[in-house]
Amino acid sequence: MAIIKTENLTYIYGDGTPFRKVAVDDVNLEIDEGEMVGIIGHTGSGKSTLIQHFNGLLKPTSGSVLIDGERLWDDKSKLRPVRFKVGLVFQYPEYQLFEETCYKDIGFGPKNMGLDNAEVDRRIKETAKMVGITADMLDKSPFELSGGQKRRVAIAGVMAMEPKVLILDEPASGLDPKGRDQILGLIKEYHREKKNTVLLVSHSMEDIAKNVSKILVMNKAKLYCYDDTRTVFHRAAQLEEMGLAVPQITRVFNRLKAMGLDIGDDVYTTKYAKELLLKLLAEKKFNRGIETD
Amino acid sequence: MSYIHIRGLEFSYINEAEEPPVKNTVLKGIDLDIEKGEFVAVLGHNGSGKSTLAKCINAINTPEKGEVTVDGLDTIREENLLPIRKRVGMVFQNPDNQIVATIVEEDVAFALENLGVEPKEIRRRVDEALKTVGMYEYRMHAPHKLSGGQKQRVAIAGIIAMEPDCIVLDEPTAMLDPKGRSEVMKTIKMLNREKGVTIVLITHYMEEAAQADRVVVIDGGEKIMDSVPKKVFSQVDVMRNLGLDVPQVTEIADFLNKQGYDISGEIITEDECVQALYGLLKDTAAG
Repeated sequence: MAIIKTENLTYIYGDGTPFRKVAVDDVNLEIDEGEMVGIIGHTGSGKSTLIQHFNGLLKPTSGSVLIDGERLWDDKSKLRPVRFKVGLVFQYPEYQLFEETCYKDIGFGPKNMGLDNAEVDRRIKETAKMVGITADMLDKSPFELSGGQKRRVAIAGVMAMEPKVLILDEPASGLDPKGRDQILGLIKEYHREKKNTVLLVSHSMEDIAKNVSKILVMNKAKLYCYDDTRTVFHRAAQLEEMGLAVPQITRVFNRLKAMGLDIGDDVYTTKYAKELLLKLLAEKKFNRGIETD
Repeated sequence: MSYIHIRGLEFSYINEAEEPPVKNTVLKGIDLDIEKGEFVAVLGHNGSGKSTLAKCINAINTPEKGEVTVDGLDTIREENLLPIRKRVGMVFQNPDNQIVATIVEEDVAFALENLGVEPKEIRRRVDEALKTVGMYEYRMHAPHKLSGGQKQRVAIAGIIAMEPDCIVLDEPTAMLDPKGRSEVMKTIKMLNREKGVTIVLITHYMEEAAQADRVVVIDGGEKIMDSVPKKVFSQVDVMRNLGLDVPQVTEIADFLNKQGYDISGEIITEDECVQALYGLLKDTAAG
């Protein structure tokens, strides 16, 4: 069953004013439970507005959102559990840390859910371990940590609520390549272990290609497509028209194909590119071997 | 003496909140020369000291030890502050933090007004700067309605209106989408190639650094590499160990090179990679 479903979802900022702007336009979408989805789109395409509907931060101007089969906003008192079910990590989440210690900060969400102390403690320790925050760091003030560590504490705070859906808006932005790989690695690991649904908003096509199995593309407030990674990156020309891109390695292979090589057009990670090249080049060696015999 | 001349530069931040105050030395003796008209990329992991270094170039930070001079002007001397800031402009990561006015052209004029430039001259320079970054038709727009890439180009226009010799950009594309990123990179390269502006670009995107004339790598407050992009990125393992990366095309070429195939390990652009792979593959089953 779809964990997230939207029906004709439309959201308009400043409706009835001269600043009226349709940010999300008639989006119909079904995301199955357990998927790891990348969300891409140009600045102002409606990505952030869309994801804020998934945990009831925004109320649709028209249409509706169903989470785990339940229609949001039918009964306002039911919104609170939805916010626990769908965890949202904003961009630069480290600016939202506020508690005296990392321990308390990670525990803030679970405590608000009304869990008992033993369970809160278990969750803090488990998620801290998952994101690589050591026991002695837990007792420190979050402000004593490095930027990358702070961000991991902030993400742990949402993970600790064990949401069925975890949504992260640009979780790796501003980090160096190693920091980026670490954050994305731990998100991937979380997804593998918990089998929860994860939505990842990113402007880095390389990061998207490496980490997700499906991609949702927003363009000018509309849902352009929701399909598997291979199919989406297959549309390089259309993506570029929208101000997006495909990974560098995909551009290289597309150009080789255009030059007349028969090499398939499903290369979007360097890992796969290496395997494919080795295979093709090994065949060449083999063929040469026969010729010289 | 080079245009930007850095010798034995040391710099520390002091945390006064601690008792006794804690000193954190970020730059530990950097020597660096940048000539007029160069395009230099600076790489380093978070906390390596590269932003601190950038701020030393236009005298936001002044050396604790060693010296930094710009066009022969020592940054430590108070009376040099204004002449240095006129020569070196800075562009930061978040476009929203750099825009002060409600109309694009007013924002670009802001610094000029502060410098007391004549109104007629302001008009001329603002128009020219906006045309240079391709934002002239947006001159009457409200900045907050622009895309990230457009805002960043307005921020760059505000700098070039001051007609600086050099622009230091601290991760100007970190918050932009792919199109915004390529717009800003195109603008930077055009300023360098056509207008002769010296560029110091701090970035975490290896594909951007590969477009520079020269790449400087900072680690632990020290300069550990300083060479043309090919020489820096061909050291794939070294870069990885520093918490950095290489362009995807370099990774592929290096991999095949190490497997014994006849391909250069110094490939850093998409064009080079396409040509090299085509050469290798054209008489395979694929070709």
